[in-house]
Amino acid sequence: MQMLITGIFLGGVYAIIAVGLSLQYGVSRIMNLAVGEMLVAGAFAAFWFSTAQSLNPYLSLLVVIPLAFGANWLIYRYLLLPLVRRAKTRGQLEVDSILVTFGLSFTLVGIFLWAFGGEFFNYSFLSVPVEIFDSRYGQNRVLAFVIAFVVCAGLWIWLNHTRSGLSMRAISVDTRAASLVAIDVEKSSNFAFALGGAIAATGGMVLSTFLTFDASIGIVFTLKALVIVIMGGVGDIRGAIVAALVLGITETVVARLIDPGLTLAAAYVLFLLILLFRPQGLFGRAQT
Amino acid sequence: MKLKQSDLWMGLAILAAFFVLAWLPLAPGADGWLSIVVPITMYTVLATSWAIFSGPTHYVSLATAAFFGVGSYTLALGLESLPYPVLLIIAAILGAIMAALVGWATLRLSGVYFVIFTLGLAELTRQVFTWYQNNMGGTRGSYVFTDLTDAHIYWQLLALALLVYLVGWLINRSRLGFAIRIIGGDESVAKHSGINVAWSKIVLFMVSGSVAAVVGAILAPRFVYIEPSMAFNPQLSFMVVIMALLGGTQRLWGPLMGAIPFAFVWEIIASNFPAQTTLLMGVAFLLVVFYIPNGISGVLIRWYHKARSKPGVSHE
Repeated sequence: MQMLITGIFLGGVYAIIAVGLSLQYGVSRIMNLAVGEMLVAGAFAAFWFSTAQSLNPYLSLLVVIPLAFGANWLIYRYLLLPLVRRAKTRGQLEVDSILVTFGLSFTLVGIFLWAFGGEFFNYSFLSVPVEIFDSRYGQNRVLAFVIAFVVCAGLWIWLNHTRSGLSMRAISVDTRAASLVAIDVEKSSNFAFALGGAIAATGGMVLSTFLTFDASIGIVFTLKALVIVIMGGVGDIRGAIVAALVLGITETVVARLIDPGLTLAAAYVLFLLILLFRPQGLFGRAQT
Repeated sequence: MKLKQSDLWMGLAILAAFFVLAWLPLAPGADGWLSIVVPITMYTVLATSWAIFSGPTHYVSLATAAFFGVGSYTLALGLESLPYPVLLIIAAILGAIMAALVGWATLRLSGVYFVIFTLGLAELTRQVFTWYQNNMGGTRGSYVFTDLTDAHIYWQLLALALLVYLVGWLINRSRLGFAIRIIGGDESVAKHSGINVAWSKIVLFMVSGSVAAVVGAILAPRFVYIEPSMAFNPQLSFMVVIMALLGGTQRLWGPLMGAIPFAFVWEIIASNFPAQTTLLMGVAFLLVVFYIPNGISGVLIRWYHKARSKPGVSHE
């Protein structure tokens, strides 16, 4: 029971990052391999707020969200949109965007290393135990899960119950058809990419309240987020949330029962099973 | 298979070039030179074999470090019980088997799955290796004691480079090479003309994987002491990709054009500003994709065609 709840708490935070990436990949068609660096940026901001300014790290969200939104808006507008326009085929865009976001990821890691150095960072925030079903959990983890729930629910309501959310879903189903029904695809894609980046940074901020991080940890989360997005079915928010919880629980179980050094291997086993048996994802429909 | 006369001359020229290069370790002051020439040769072999698979198929493989590590460990663990040449062959076979397994799981699907899977492959192999050695094998690292010097390593790499060029050239001329170019152009066309798409990709990936494993085995004596985090260093995969892309993957000699300048720049940055190497790699990726998408060899070919078509005659 304790493992299950710990796993769900962890999965909740993974879900924040994964829905961010899912939005970027599903709507903007960019497999963003720099999503982990957005997360690290959020974590550094929270660290700075908490230690240098001795403020509540959650206050940093007031800065992190608009900044990450702006930064990702600019990244899409000036780095990725030219590639979208230049690409003749979907495959071409895929390769180009993978390479560019890799470049971006390394550039950001380089900047982080420059600015903060290569040490590990952590700070203490709300590390007070709280009792649920007779076992103890850190309050910071519980709060992180609440934030994750709010983010995912908010995104879900926006996508399914508003007009602008509907146009996002239309783009993710068929880009060309969406432009035929008077949806400004470029503008919406740009917005989706920026929002996805802001969500990922939020995830990083939340994660930093209970996890030690360093400048180059982003790639680990990028990999996990990618596995989750593929497992859930590309562009499917609901699938991403379920897959994130599955991964969180699996990792916790493997870490407790076998070896904490094998968490990535656990993620890979899940990934492999999906590739072999359901490449379209848990909730995806098979393509003909 | 008929050889054209130009092919024959080209082959002789390449052999002559290799013959000259093989004398390099005997030049005065060679020891200092070799410490940069060995990595360049290594990266050239790795990038060329990477391009044999990734060039025509457009599948970005980040598995090089995983193959390399498996090769290094094959040598380190087997050195006491088996003769050296046998170990190189075993490394090649293990690399091919691993590539076949990875390819079988991912190459039937779209490129994104493949990139993601290979992205973590080195890290995954490292984790499994470390776990295995912690729980079953006792010690983590292994010593590699041989009497091989940098010059021996360089000669072996040179021979391997020659082999890679030969294999790459043969593949280009073969049915497989033709099939893979069609697949790269349009996969559904390839399927409809009766090409076994997945199989062709897997075979090429196996070639590329076994070369990387052999390079790992050849380089192992240079480490002296091998640890999982050194043998499975993910940075290697990215270095190989950026060099191949910088050089261009359209021609066999393309990656060479990328490996030489990048290795030099890397060496300068790494010795003067060791903290900034990651930044350099990132910027290099961005510049290559935006400004020279066909690589240096692409630029050279364009200049060549321009120069030839200059005297007033248009080839349109």
